[in-house]
Amino acid sequence: MKYANQIMIIGGISLAGELLNYLLPLPVPASVYGMLLLLLCLCTKRIRLEQIQETADFLLVAMPLVFVAPGVALMESFGLMQGSLLGILVISAGSTVVVMVLSGLTAQLLVRRKREKEEKLHG
Amino acid sequence: MDSIVRESAYFGFFLTLAGYWAAVKVSRRMKSTLCNPLLLSIIFIIAFLKIAGISYDSFDNGAKYINYFLTPSTVCLAVPLYRQLRLLKEYAFAILASIMAGTAACAAMIFGLSRLFLLEESIYASLVPKSITTAIALGMTEEMGGIAAVTIMAVFVTGILGAVIAGAVFKLFHIEEPVAQGLALGTASHAIGTSKALELGEIQAAMSSLAIAVTGVLTVIIGPVVAGFY
Repeated sequence: MKYANQIMIIGGISLAGELLNYLLPLPVPASVYGMLLLLLCLCTKRIRLEQIQETADFLLVAMPLVFVAPGVALMESFGLMQGSLLGILVISAGSTVVVMVLSGLTAQLLVRRKREKEEKLHG
Repeated sequence: MDSIVRESAYFGFFLTLAGYWAAVKVSRRMKSTLCNPLLLSIIFIIAFLKIAGISYDSFDNGAKYINYFLTPSTVCLAVPLYRQLRLLKEYAFAILASIMAGTAACAAMIFGLSRLFLLEESIYASLVPKSITTAIALGMTEEMGGIAAVTIMAVFVTGILGAVIAGAVFKLFHIEEPVAQGLALGTASHAIGTSKALELGEIQAAMSSLAIAVTGVLTVIIGPVVAGFY
């Protein structure tokens, strides 16, 4: 029954996320509402980690599988946008690299600066 | 071949798992970050379908059931987030600054490059949500008058490319802090980047999951404002 209960809890949170998505007029998907809701439940101890742990870890490991079929679907849509394809690809690729480098370096700089400050204070 | 599997509910389901299994085997042997299991499995499956003469619809008949787990899987990203809550509080400023820098740069680049390539407004609008998770991106495209198929493609190229190049980018720019790696992956490449972050470690996964939510919300706010100038 352990797994059935875990799946029930995660399914219930997904359902609650859908409900929030239906009720609130924001363009936030059910899954993100659900993620925030589960985090809130864990923080307030309404749900304990042991109650969902194994199923959650399984779903996380298996997560890339969810993206396989939509990726295969691209074989259909490539033909549809031939005219702008190059632009779309260059923009998608270029901005991905820039964002990754910029976010990464910003975070690293600030994290290290904070750590250095703390080391000076304590050390 | 197509007529045999057209009605099958398990053909696409099995092919997805088998393709991914083969891709993991190959990528372990190659040890190159370019051999991302997700990218490889997509290539394997497309090649198989083309060679066997099977249509995408016949494949999707069974494969669509796996997509059912997208919402519960995303919900479960709260678990690494919760396990790393202390880190989240400690570096709140760095986290927010990093995500904001990335999101703003992304909006500016899409704007500038779309102008450069003389893209139509509807295509530009479809590209604005490219760094956020599919479900939010689709809602946003609809609001802004974009084209859903273009958005899905841009989101996918962004996600897979991010997962594929992350290793090389981190090495080249000496991004070694787990917090920074996670934020870079999540801000640049949403949930697909996060699936790569899960491979790197728990801290990376937590930061990447957080970045999905924050980037999504920020883009929804910033996107339409920048688009007003197009």
